[in-house]
Amino acid sequence: MASLISRLITRKNESVIKAQLPPFVVNFFKAVTLPSIGILIFLLFWTVGANNIDTSLGKFPGPAQVMTQVGNLFNEHVESREKEAAFYERQENRNQARLAKDPTYKPKTRTYTGRETFVDQIITSLITVLSGFAVAAIIAIPLGIAIGLSKALNTAVNPIIQIFKPVSPLAWLPLVTMVVSAVYTSSDPMFAKSFIVSMITVTLCCIWPMVINTSVGVASLNSDWVNVSKVLRLNAFTHIKKIVLPASVPAIFTGMRLSLGIAWMVLIAAEMLAQNPGLGKFVWDEFQNGSSDSLSRIMTAVIVIGIIGFLLDRTMMQLQRILSWDKTTEVR
Amino acid sequence: MSLTKKLLLDISSIDMVFPTPKGDFTALKGVDLKINKGEFISLIGHSGCGKSTVLNVVAGLYQATSGGVILGGKEVNEPGPERAVVFQNHSLLPWLTAYQNVELAVKQVFAKTKSAAEMKEWIEYNLKLVHMDHAMHKRPDEISGGMKQRVGIARALAMQPEVLLMDEPFGALDALTRAHMQDSLMEIQDELNNTVIMITHDVDEAVLLSDRIVMMTNGPAATIGEILDVKLERPRSRLELAKDAQYNQYRSEVLTFLYEKQRKV
Repeated sequence: MASLISRLITRKNESVIKAQLPPFVVNFFKAVTLPSIGILIFLLFWTVGANNIDTSLGKFPGPAQVMTQVGNLFNEHVESREKEAAFYERQENRNQARLAKDPTYKPKTRTYTGRETFVDQIITSLITVLSGFAVAAIIAIPLGIAIGLSKALNTAVNPIIQIFKPVSPLAWLPLVTMVVSAVYTSSDPMFAKSFIVSMITVTLCCIWPMVINTSVGVASLNSDWVNVSKVLRLNAFTHIKKIVLPASVPAIFTGMRLSLGIAWMVLIAAEMLAQNPGLGKFVWDEFQNGSSDSLSRIMTAVIVIGIIGFLLDRTMMQLQRILSWDKTTEVR
Repeated sequence: MSLTKKLLLDISSIDMVFPTPKGDFTALKGVDLKINKGEFISLIGHSGCGKSTVLNVVAGLYQATSGGVILGGKEVNEPGPERAVVFQNHSLLPWLTAYQNVELAVKQVFAKTKSAAEMKEWIEYNLKLVHMDHAMHKRPDEISGGMKQRVGIARALAMQPEVLLMDEPFGALDALTRAHMQDSLMEIQDELNNTVIMITHDVDEAVLLSDRIVMMTNGPAATIGEILDVKLERPRSRLELAKDAQYNQYRSEVLTFLYEKQRKV
């Protein structure tokens, strides 16, 4: 039925529009109309489906409830920020009043300890995933190049990579937590332990796809380019800088996009499991909270997680378009 | 052709054996060839006869199993810019423009002897020589196959090699573009009088361009079958030569060698 409707709509519109409008307008219309129809039909099914599912926490949330929660969550964030500002203002006034009375008084400042809002959790998760991803790239790309260049190193390291690659980083999580607790003991830590744990988990799952793709890209270097390098007698450093690295940029990007996608999925699960701040904790907290709003708030988080994942992928794709010489690689 | 015949390149009794899982494969057996400065040599033979192997040994990309190559009194052991190669598939670096591709070579060869301005001038001179000065800031994927090959030749010429090695340089081009490129190459050759070894499987191309045509027997254990001196006046014009009796005689000699004496079975 859905396809029939969309066919009818597009056909009718096309024939009307094609008559007077230039092609780019038609294309734009298609690019906007078809996805809109898809989304509308999805919302319809969602509404009908949600209405028919009863849980112990009420009906399954539909689009309307989610929209309400988007508003609520944003308002809560704004309120929390206002409270925070008010808290600091009160503290400042109090300190100044005491200083005026007693000049020897050393003012104490305490940080605001309100609950993190939904927006805070989004920001935490984003920072975590990007830091973990960056650390992975710093390790994985040079390692991948080394493995790609040296057959011996590849043979030596490959079994290890193949064994660790299929391990879910969540299995590492308890180990990472314990090691970080034991090793990262500073009286004034620059980062919270929970952040380090989540970040290392992300790094662990990002490394493998990046190492593998980079090394495959380097190893499958066009032999003509290698010969050019030999004829020119490029030294090892220039060879890597001028030939190997640019040649493997498309493969490196493929690995990076792949691992960022996995990292985002894994991070949410890790945050749920470890109760580390982030969107995963938000979902888990709402689940434990069990109020009548909980399901719709979780559903909101699900959609936000999806949108952020999509945007991360698009950003990587745009970066790839700008930085990669190989414009023929299909970017989808 | 230069009047003073000076020996430049001495390929002496080269054997080339490749180890394979099924035992050794002898690709070349006793290849002997002396090349004078300024000579244009074509290597012709059926595919798989080891023409490219000879070229790769001279380039230094392969090491001969026995025998060796002496260039200007020195033995060839490794690749180097004094034996520049024009590869069949242009092998330009796709992330660099035509100018940058030539620049990479020029910077490597003349870093110590030329100033930045001189290098720029030299790069532009070479691109102009192959008629690519109008598109020198385009990337390989923005220009046609013939143009890419022109840039490849400019890159090789810019190294100012003692010997220019060309591995079927026009093999991947259509007939019209190929004819055009051959004319360009003759024009450049008139000006620079380089020593060239070119692999080809095109009989007309060999006769038109060469001073000597080296015909190779079929592999395995391929070697030089016959050498044909092409004593046609330069500059040569393909239109006039088409009716020339001597030209057709040379042509038929090569054809006879390839299709009667060394017929592929």
